[in-house]
Amino acid sequence: MSAAMATQTHGIDDGSPMVELRGISRRFEKKLDFAGRIAKRLGANIREEVVHAVDNVDLTIRKGEVVGLVGESGCGKSTLGRIVAGILPPSEGRILRDGIDLLNRNSADSREMKLRTQMIFQDPYASLNPRMKVADIVGEAPLVHGITTRGGYDAYVDEQMRRAGLDPAFKRRYPHQFSGGQRQRIGIARALAVKPDFIVCDEAVAALDVSIQAQILNLFIRLRSELDLTYLFISHDLGVVEHISDRVVIMYLGRVVEEAPSETVFANPNHPYTKSLLASVPRIESRKRAFAVVKGEIPSPLNPPPGCHFHPRCPHAMERCRVEKPELKVVAPGQRSACHLNDAA
Amino acid sequence: MATPTLEVRNLRTHFFTRGGVVKAVDDVSFSIQRGKVLGLVGESGSGKTVTGFSILGLVDAPGRIVGGQILFQGRDLVTMSESEMRDLRGNRIAMIFQDPMMTLNPVLRVDTQMIETVLAHKKVSREEARQRARDTLGMVGIPSPDERLKSYPHQFSGGMRQRVAIAIALLHEPDLIVADEPTTALDVTIQGQILAEVQKLASTTGTALLWITHDLSVVAGLADDVAVMYAGRIVEHGAVSEVLDTPLHPYTYGLIGSVPSRNKRGEPLRQIPGMTPSLLNLPPGCAFRTRCPRAAEVCMAEPEIRELAPGRDVRCFRPMSEAAEQAA
Repeated sequence: MSAAMATQTHGIDDGSPMVELRGISRRFEKKLDFAGRIAKRLGANIREEVVHAVDNVDLTIRKGEVVGLVGESGCGKSTLGRIVAGILPPSEGRILRDGIDLLNRNSADSREMKLRTQMIFQDPYASLNPRMKVADIVGEAPLVHGITTRGGYDAYVDEQMRRAGLDPAFKRRYPHQFSGGQRQRIGIARALAVKPDFIVCDEAVAALDVSIQAQILNLFIRLRSELDLTYLFISHDLGVVEHISDRVVIMYLGRVVEEAPSETVFANPNHPYTKSLLASVPRIESRKRAFAVVKGEIPSPLNPPPGCHFHPRCPHAMERCRVEKPELKVVAPGQRSACHLNDAA
Repeated sequence: MATPTLEVRNLRTHFFTRGGVVKAVDDVSFSIQRGKVLGLVGESGSGKTVTGFSILGLVDAPGRIVGGQILFQGRDLVTMSESEMRDLRGNRIAMIFQDPMMTLNPVLRVDTQMIETVLAHKKVSREEARQRARDTLGMVGIPSPDERLKSYPHQFSGGMRQRVAIAIALLHEPDLIVADEPTTALDVTIQGQILAEVQKLASTTGTALLWITHDLSVVAGLADDVAVMYAGRIVEHGAVSEVLDTPLHPYTYGLIGSVPSRNKRGEPLRQIPGMTPSLLNLPPGCAFRTRCPRAAEVCMAEPEIRELAPGRDVRCFRPMSEAAEQAA
């Protein structure tokens, strides 16, 4: 399996895992308010609401790889991205970065490892401090972490801005003086300024116009080869993911339902959810045609259906799907899918 | 050909701001026949939404329609009085917005809002109006419409809310629906469901549809014709298959190349350099000139829209030729 994946990536990969997630879960609990606690004590049938945003996910990202993480709203893809980036602690599970446990907070190694993972956010309007000049947004972190010095500061900031396609002449400006695409470039320059080798992009191009989106995607592709970067690319847009990723992971309601090399996912999807997702995507190649319809809606993550989460919408659901949770199983080289149909065959 | 349901002729909608006159819509013309779908495509600030608002007479100060005609079944909406316009709006012409909460009142139950809409244009009993509301909700694929009528908008999911907004637009079986990015905020599987419903409607009821979107892929599957807007003007117009297969305007060509799925994986996308110019500060001549790979001396003058082939209108001095395309 690893050999098959290694061939997907560009030359720089040596197949060794860069990030390993083992049994990661994240729950969000809504605590009962005062009235709720009293009512419960008096015997009312209420309990704390728990959302399983991420449910027992294993994921390995190899050095030099671009992994696309796809899913619809509420599937837990952003939560997983934040956990990988070390912004959000998981409720359960371990994260290994080059073999070192990231959750061990006392270790100096873990801090350094966290610095080497950076995140780029969807909304370039909300993720930049409006009161800071671009030079400070980009240069503050490297200065604090001793990557650059006071003396070399200006030259260092210029270099970072130029690399992200920004004119260093604008470094005394504030974020509101830039367009959406340029702001996203500032976010990229800031992330790269601390010399990371792993970038988590959370819907990094979703808010941009098509022509600007293409420019930013091209920048990601260029930076990847220039700096030997590894990406976790989170997006709801299958076209974008297909274009940039070596491997694709598809999530549904907190669980990974399928994982495979890009070509395989788009040519030969296994999981019924992946199939219906692909059928729903409008394609520019298609001409006036009937849109494929997946029945039903995404269930609330507060109260997910038992067994396979997809069974109420699945055209092939059987009795077993309603009770038993399917495990991820290898169905083809490099391709894993969580569906009971694979056992029946 | 029969009188088109909607014919827009040389529409100009300008905004008179302190910074100067913004020509949000400048000399836009198109028409839609009964039962047909026109996709109006453009990036932010191209004027596509203002075009939609102009048709419904929803342009507010400092904006004003300064020229042109909007002929709806032969009647000019621009010169129509507000009371005549009220008779048409929500009745013969309906609009669907990107955010369904713009259509729905959050403090009123769905049945209240729908019955009110029916009674506004039709003299029927409340019970008949409720009947109509229920049937329409069922038509857009809302399960158990009787119960859902009693819900408040916040009790619906995003996709269901948009269905309610579409149902309200359909209450009077309008002849024209202007839909402004109605599926942009929705998940792909939900978007697929809504597009399927809309497609069915246009073909069965004969409603003409103006579908405003930034997403070429949606237009590819849904529309009969497509008009591409850039900086307040239509730069290319024609049948979907022709425009998307052999774009003639360099902007359309660049836009299609920017869509990731079309390109080879991992390779750079064919991008358009630069960004959309500010409408306050348009370059003289062709507005796309500064970003255009084919720009030349002649582009310093303002190009007029011209018919290059039957049904293919292009606003460009140096349109893409077949040969240039193959070389690229």
